[in-house]
Amino acid sequence: MTAALTETRPEPRAVRREALHFAVRNGKLVTGFAVVLVLLLTGLLGPLLLGSAPPNEYVAAPMLPPSAEHWFGTTTFGQDVFTQFVHGLRTTFAVGALGGGIAALIAMVVGFAAGYRGGLLDEALTMLTNVILVIPTLAVLLIVNAYLGIRGVAVQGLFIGLTSWPWAARAVRAQTFSLRTRDFVDLARLSGLGTGRIIAREIAPNMSSYLFMTFILLFGGSVLIASSLDFIGLGPTEGVSLGLMLQNATQWSALQLGLWWWFVPPGAAITAVVGALYVANVGLDEVFNPKLRTT
Amino acid sequence: MRRYFGRKLLVYALTFVVAVTVNWMIPRFMPGDPVAGMVARAGVSQPAAAEAMRAYYTNLFGLDRPLWQQYASFWGTLLRGDFGISIWLFPTPVSTVILRAVPYTLALMVPAVLLSWVAGNRLGAFAARRRLLDNTVLPLGYVLTATPYMWLAVILAWGLGVVAGWFPVAGGYSFSLQPSLTAGFLLDLLHHWVLPFLSLFLVALGGWAIGMRNMIIYELESDYASYLAALGAPARLIRRYAFRNALLPQITGLALQLGVLVAGALVTEIVFSYPGLGSLILKAIQNQDFFLLQGTFMFIVIGVLVANFVIDLVYVVVDPRTRAGMAGARG
Amino acid sequence: MSLTVTDLRVSYQTLRGEVRALDGVSFTVADGEILGLAGESGCGKTTLGKSLIRLDGRMRHAGGTVELDGRELPIGDDRAMNAFRFREVSLVPQYSMSALNPTRRIGRMVAELLRSRGETLDRAKLETRLGQVGLPREVLDRYPIELSGGMKQRVVMVVSTLLDPSLLIADEITSALDVSTQQAVARALAGFRDAGHVRSMVFITHDLALTARIADTIMVMYAGMLAEKAPAKTMVEQPRHPYTRMLVDALPEVGARHAGRRLTGIAGSPPALLDPPPGCRFRERCPLADDGCAERPPVTEVAPGHHVACWKV
Repeated sequence: MTAALTETRPEPRAVRREALHFAVRNGKLVTGFAVVLVLLLTGLLGPLLLGSAPPNEYVAAPMLPPSAEHWFGTTTFGQDVFTQFVHGLRTTFAVGALGGGIAALIAMVVGFAAGYRGGLLDEALTMLTNVILVIPTLAVLLIVNAYLGIRGVAVQGLFIGLTSWPWAARAVRAQTFSLRTRDFVDLARLSGLGTGRIIAREIAPNMSSYLFMTFILLFGGSVLIASSLDFIGLGPTEGVSLGLMLQNATQWSALQLGLWWWFVPPGAAITAVVGALYVANVGLDEVFNPKLRTT
Repeated sequence: MRRYFGRKLLVYALTFVVAVTVNWMIPRFMPGDPVAGMVARAGVSQPAAAEAMRAYYTNLFGLDRPLWQQYASFWGTLLRGDFGISIWLFPTPVSTVILRAVPYTLALMVPAVLLSWVAGNRLGAFAARRRLLDNTVLPLGYVLTATPYMWLAVILAWGLGVVAGWFPVAGGYSFSLQPSLTAGFLLDLLHHWVLPFLSLFLVALGGWAIGMRNMIIYELESDYASYLAALGAPARLIRRYAFRNALLPQITGLALQLGVLVAGALVTEIVFSYPGLGSLILKAIQNQDFFLLQGTFMFIVIGVLVANFVIDLVYVVVDPRTRAGMAGARG
Repeated sequence: MSLTVTDLRVSYQTLRGEVRALDGVSFTVADGEILGLAGESGCGKTTLGKSLIRLDGRMRHAGGTVELDGRELPIGDDRAMNAFRFREVSLVPQYSMSALNPTRRIGRMVAELLRSRGETLDRAKLETRLGQVGLPREVLDRYPIELSGGMKQRVVMVVSTLLDPSLLIADEITSALDVSTQQAVARALAGFRDAGHVRSMVFITHDLALTARIADTIMVMYAGMLAEKAPAKTMVEQPRHPYTRMLVDALPEVGARHAGRRLTGIAGSPPALLDPPPGCRFRERCPLADDGCAERPPVTEVAPGHHVACWKV
């Protein structure tokens, strides 16, 4: 290696402090998370501040352009676009968190088990991963949603989670595989710790930054898949989502009528959330991976 | 070589079995009596169609028979190429409806995917070279790859179609024309193709550019690059090697992205009412045409599997390591 | 004089500050000489090796000069150095196993490399050289993955010396090998010198025993500075610096078959080079240290060709 300027092994606390030190100075990370945070707060607080009016209620004259009264204008039915927008943001974050969370959980279980145990279990799980990986996710979700009439945010998130974990499981497996043969894991094994404990105490903490970044990418992916499903017409029937807004806008000729305020905000918000997450992820990578820290 | 392809084919075969099984199983999870439910939900007005459907469903599901027989007969009909009869376009067979739509989807997807891959790789490699370019290409790439396909499609349709009026925003060709092999019709076809192609191309482009940029930076830090630099090799040679080697994971990436690209094509078609599989799916959902939906699903799965296999073949040709390992020649 | 290094200073840019990895090192290597460069990891030996051919992105040339055959090497100028690389100074890297482009046949890669440097490939010469290290000419038609680790290492040795450089830097090339292969590789390198493929050599290793077998002179470094430099025999039999004495004592028995022991038998660790303490840097671990060591000891020649940096000799 390079003259690995011999120092004592860094304390975990020191490592965390150092990571934080670089995190707050990383422009990509700060910008990315700031954008996500602003949109998240809009989604969380917006509906409260706007009162209890349901987002799909007809509240004003149709097709009004943006004004002080209706920030994002109104739809062809006279619904307030901004009200729909803040409720839609909420749905988007919920689906992202749920789908991304479930996918991350499955990916971790499969990845840890396959990578740590190896052997037949690894073979079987890798095969399963590859099979699910090849199947086009959206097509499966179409069939499932259409037949079972899934129209709730929670169930939608669940099924997205169930189908979008494979690439993450592969990544976790590869990481686990490389950690498995490290000294400290051997030591833990020799000292008689069980498999579950070794994974929980020795392996997972050593790749926590990696797992977090995986979750971020899964979150972004879930948001995009959910918006596609909603757009095809398999979105929630109760309430509103950003994808559903896009669907309504195109279905009711917002394009031809020039109601740009109807279809620009929801798409821009999805792009902003997912893009900001991706950029923040690059920032995180730079923070946790000292090799990339060439400022 | 045999082992490599054996493994791949096994995965694809298993995938196919899983897809077929999902296809068979899902209707059985429908709440209530599936046959009555489906006939009711289909809301077919023609009595003949409703009766045919009932008979067809009952025969197909064969709910009075044991499960394994139901499953076996499902495979039987499938292998005969029988995907059932479309309810939306009763009594056209589903396979006919699908085959009519497939050319449009392929004409949209194949050029968009291949061209975005080639252009994205060039752009990413270029970005890795110049700081200024890196600072512009990278953010733009992240924005593009985070854009929902249908939203970019909507924006393009609005901007270049409705506002500027340069391109039509709906259909595969003008309603006034009859499909024929005349220059006028082909030009019209091309005119309608531009916007959906462009929106698919642009979103995919961002992802490839970012992937290549990151891969090539990784390659430029690899040992062989350091060695060449230590021997004074010009940056041109090192970059050429790095680009070549960075293409390999990008080919694998192409296989991994297929699902996302298909999804993108489907929603893009819906925006432009482009008469491919995407619009078919929308019609199937709106008309509760489950046979059409299931048939389209099977078609997409088969298409993705074939594409995967083609990519595997290409990979073997491009990466000497797979071939060297296969020949078993080892010093 | 083939190589003359004078007061060389190289530092690493880190976000916590500048790490002085080489802090004023001077030495010479004569024509035909093999200099063994030994020390614990982090002592600056690898940095020194890189300084002579290619500083990596985070390194900075902070002072001092390197002269090769009477010409000064522009080590801080990456572009200007290119003229010297391969032709005058060459490298067998630590990572020889992965130094070859995995997607090119070896022969084609060598040809492309030579063409890019404006040289033409002398295929007969290349095949002869391969034969000298026991490789068949067929390896040129192989991909690196088809070769064993030892074969790849020998290919790299042949490629690096193909233009008969004046100076060859061999950086920890044996650390990944088993003991018998290590010795074969070391012998092959000495053979390159004997055959005139390279004029002189800097052989970097943490394995003092192995160095003693092929080097004419051994230089031991500690914390970015020279500790002791002496003819190989003298270094092993009569080391003067307390650090070197401890290193030599820690060896089982020089020449024994299991001699590949690492230099880890000394308690404590070297000081961090981010902000090194004043005075002798070995002071903290030295059994002989006293107040006098608070001042930095100069390098003095205690016998012809025997240099030591210690107040206690």
